[in-house]
Amino acid sequence: MTSETLEQGASGALGGRERKLSTGRLGDRLFGISAKGSGILLLLIIAAIAVFLIAKAIPALKADKANFLTSQAWSPDAAEPRFGILQLAFGTLLSSVIALILATPVAIGIALFIAFYSPRRLASGLGYVVDLLAAVPSVVYGLWGLQFFVPKMASVADFLHGNFGWIPLFGGDSVGGQSILTAAVVLAIMILPIISSISREVFLQVPQPNVEAALALGATRWEVIRMAVLPFGRSGMVSAAMLGLGRALGETIAVAMVLSTAAGISLHILKPGGNTFAANIANTFGMAGNTGRGALIASGLVLFVITLIVNMLARAIVARRKEFV
Amino acid sequence: MSTPNTPALRGVSAGRKFKDRSVQVLVYVAFALAVIPLVSVLWTVIQKGSKRFDGAFFTHSLNGIGANDAGGGAYHAIIGTVEQVALASIIAIPIGILTAIYLVEYGRDSRLAKVVSFFVDVMTGLPSIVAGLFILAFWLLLLGFSYSGFAGALALSILMMPTVVRAAEEMLKLVPTDLREASYALGVPRWRTICFVVLPTAFTGIITGIMLAIARVMGETAPLLLTVFVTSAINNNAFEGPQMALPLFIFDQAGRPNDTAIDRAWAAALTLIVIIMLLNLVARVIARLRKPVSR
Repeated sequence: MTSETLEQGASGALGGRERKLSTGRLGDRLFGISAKGSGILLLLIIAAIAVFLIAKAIPALKADKANFLTSQAWSPDAAEPRFGILQLAFGTLLSSVIALILATPVAIGIALFIAFYSPRRLASGLGYVVDLLAAVPSVVYGLWGLQFFVPKMASVADFLHGNFGWIPLFGGDSVGGQSILTAAVVLAIMILPIISSISREVFLQVPQPNVEAALALGATRWEVIRMAVLPFGRSGMVSAAMLGLGRALGETIAVAMVLSTAAGISLHILKPGGNTFAANIANTFGMAGNTGRGALIASGLVLFVITLIVNMLARAIVARRKEFV
Repeated sequence: MSTPNTPALRGVSAGRKFKDRSVQVLVYVAFALAVIPLVSVLWTVIQKGSKRFDGAFFTHSLNGIGANDAGGGAYHAIIGTVEQVALASIIAIPIGILTAIYLVEYGRDSRLAKVVSFFVDVMTGLPSIVAGLFILAFWLLLLGFSYSGFAGALALSILMMPTVVRAAEEMLKLVPTDLREASYALGVPRWRTICFVVLPTAFTGIITGIMLAIARVMGETAPLLLTVFVTSAINNNAFEGPQMALPLFIFDQAGRPNDTAIDRAWAAALTLIVIIMLLNLVARVIARLRKPVSR
């Protein structure tokens, strides 16, 4: 009831659609305009990102002698520039999707743990611990990955290759630590907190009567979660996973440090090699000439569009759910 | 008045109990899986970083330090990070808070506010390298400025804005409408109401959000790589010439083959983590000490 009166009060005080920005006084007008202007400025920045990336990408794309979308080459500064994004797109999607597959079940498990299994008093503290994972900068993950995790993953790769080498995914001739799989595991660690914190929020919104009804029917804790919580939170979990995917797609430095890049497309995720959009930009920018920069900007534009689509879809799912609740 | 014919209540069947227990175990394992990398990262950083975490590290730059030499420090990188993040904050915080004010106080139901709100969400997911590429394409290539700390700060501010907007928006929404109405009833104009009634009420919450946003951009490497470039000398002027930053320092040193460089990278990682964790901690403490007046 309190929230209802608050809502009414809010709409009364803040006015409906027709309400003007100010009372007409100078100070009021200036303040209203600068507030609105800041909002518009944000929109302009997004638009400018698209416009200027396109503007700088076009000359390089015109100089490209290979097909930008299907070529696997990346030598934009050669006398005859040839570059394409196929291998970059492949590596980016492969590593991100593996990361997502690894991270989503764990993240939802964490969210369930904090929301339903952990002691009430510890819940917020435990949530903070998981959020700390997000506070660690990606360059530190990169350093940790390169110095500590890669040697560990090398033996994991040997084990997987030795025992499951007949699965094409784990095949290839020389397996090692600086592989797509290692990059994917590091990415999975980095996107865990995003997915779990959004899922947790969704779980906390589950109507209490539903939970209590399930309990009253004699359901065990797992049955409550399966019948009352998961169906309610499905779209929220999907969008959480997609936001995690968006983050994984654009992650740069950790991947650039962990992955030993190599040209070409390969499904052998244990082999050192592969490349991603962002890692390629970070690794080759220092040596890039004029066309090279244009080519990198063009590949960044593709990354921008992909993450934009993923993020917009995720947000749209959340927004649609809000209308139903 | 017991009814003799009710069948005795049987407990939960073994199968259901087993399922319930195994899910519980899985959920505990999931949480453990998240804690392992966190502990591992923090432990290795503290252990390996403490080796060079000394006075010289914080008072010297890398100028004149040969590839194989020990010694040298990250003074130039710390200066660079502080200046870049400060500049980014100066740009991003006013824009972010004003946008939040627009969304909560003025826009509410308007179509523009909905569009802005949607794109703020979208901007939150902007890959940091794309922000760097944008500043590269716009500020460096098109307008012809050279690499500088300020260019890096521009890129960081783009990454900071959506976080500030969201944090400030959440806090402004918590300010009770009664306060605004009381102020209006006294004949106080709207902008004074917002500046002197609404913002102070939400102040601590907004500060918390800002500190978390600062902590987030402080660790960004990718955009700086494209805009600030790398130097080993001290450059106090963020507006001219290449600068250094702590994340860049880590990236640069980690890519070198010598142990001395790797040690410096770890020490810089420890420095960065300490700063970021302190910011996080202080932010949480502020948030806990004085929660905004809510319903």
